[in-house]
Amino acid sequence: MKSLNKVPIFKFIFSYIPIIILFISVFNEFDFNFINLEYFSFNFVHILVFYWTLKNPIYLGYFSIFIAGIINDVVVALPVGISSFCYLLICTLTSYLRNITLSPNFIKDWFFLLFIILLINSIQVLILDLIFLIEVNYFKYLVNTGFTFILYPIFLVLFNYIYQNISITNYD
Amino acid sequence: MATSRDDFVIAFRSAFLKKKDKQKFSLISLIFLSILIIILSSFDFKIVKIIKSGINDVIYRSSFIVSIPENKIKNINNQIETHFKIYNNYQNIETELEILKQERLTYNFLKIENEKLRKLMNESINSNELVAKVLIDRESPFLKSIILNKGSRDKVEIGMVIIDGVYLVGKIIEVNYTNSRALLLSDINSKIPVILQPLGIQAIASGVGEEYGNIQYSKEEYKDIFNISEVIVYTSGLGGLFKAGIPVGKIYKDNIDKINFFSDFRQLEYVKISSYDFEGNN
Repeated sequence: MKSLNKVPIFKFIFSYIPIIILFISVFNEFDFNFINLEYFSFNFVHILVFYWTLKNPIYLGYFSIFIAGIINDVVVALPVGISSFCYLLICTLTSYLRNITLSPNFIKDWFFLLFIILLINSIQVLILDLIFLIEVNYFKYLVNTGFTFILYPIFLVLFNYIYQNISITNYD
Repeated sequence: MATSRDDFVIAFRSAFLKKKDKQKFSLISLIFLSILIIILSSFDFKIVKIIKSGINDVIYRSSFIVSIPENKIKNINNQIETHFKIYNNYQNIETELEILKQERLTYNFLKIENEKLRKLMNESINSNELVAKVLIDRESPFLKSIILNKGSRDKVEIGMVIIDGVYLVGKIIEVNYTNSRALLLSDINSKIPVILQPLGIQAIASGVGEEYGNIQYSKEEYKDIFNISEVIVYTSGLGGLFKAGIPVGKIYKDNIDKINFFSDFRQLEYVKISSYDFEGNN
């Protein structure tokens, strides 16, 4: 991969990897429903937005995140705008965390992710339940939050690998 | 103390208002924009509906294309599962086929008798059907629905019934120009009037967000008179949306609140969209 970085076209493609993953995941959702595991679901987009906006927001523009939220709402049939609002709240909180952090710490980031996803899922449930009167399964939201939190370290390794390669393309 | 509050304000202002080199929009403006969209989408303005329908059309088609690789994997997975099931079920199917052949004779007789009685009562049910392809069967943890490739262009309307073979699958809840969304029976917001046969009890079949449904609002004595091994759940026709007698699922004696749907919602490829006109003298 590192040797490919020297070719201009690959350089260009690699810098767009986070956005490409974001749009594929909202159009397609990595939900693994076909495996049919009863109590398994996680929100890949939350992890993706959290990691990239915390690490370096230049790779995942806020406007792309906003558009991705709109697409996600249409695909999952949520009232339009809710996911955008939630994703942008993640961006706000990660931006705040980045501003107050001098030396990044994995454990701190991990638990901050838990706080963020609990907060935005609560906001989402409140909007759906109280404003749009859509019945939601609280337990599934909780399971989803749990697995999103647990699976973060796995994606962290993967995203770190991508980030290192992208950084090389930008600074070499 | 004052310094730490200043730090907080600076960090928060920076998070909200400051744009990075490649950011064209500040976070605060996009957050306000999304709140505005949420508010607008909750109103039923015609212009909002048209724009929403256009966006839906484009996104559903794009999602269908992006989902092609996942659908391929899903199909391979289903084929492997089916292969093993076919081998294991062969003997059972043979026995069941023999029983069904015998029952068919009785069924044919009842069907003819039913038609005669309807003629006598001057009552008829006209149905319009069209076949639709399932574009996306995105079963999110929060909503069970499918996207079909037929929309208002093909005269699909909200409330039309979705049938898989002869089994009920759900109903149309959103119609765009070239496609539509159907809410599956398994969704937590799905509630349809049913009748439990041969007990003859009216109830409501409710989705629970899983692959099965629940029986709600049945008579209290329902549990006492459940003395047979299985009960078939049909639509009751109450409410006038569904025709009476569309098979929904089965209830077994070991769990009398749980409906096992006949149709496997994960493997829908083509479905029928139906609407019924009830005519008669009653």
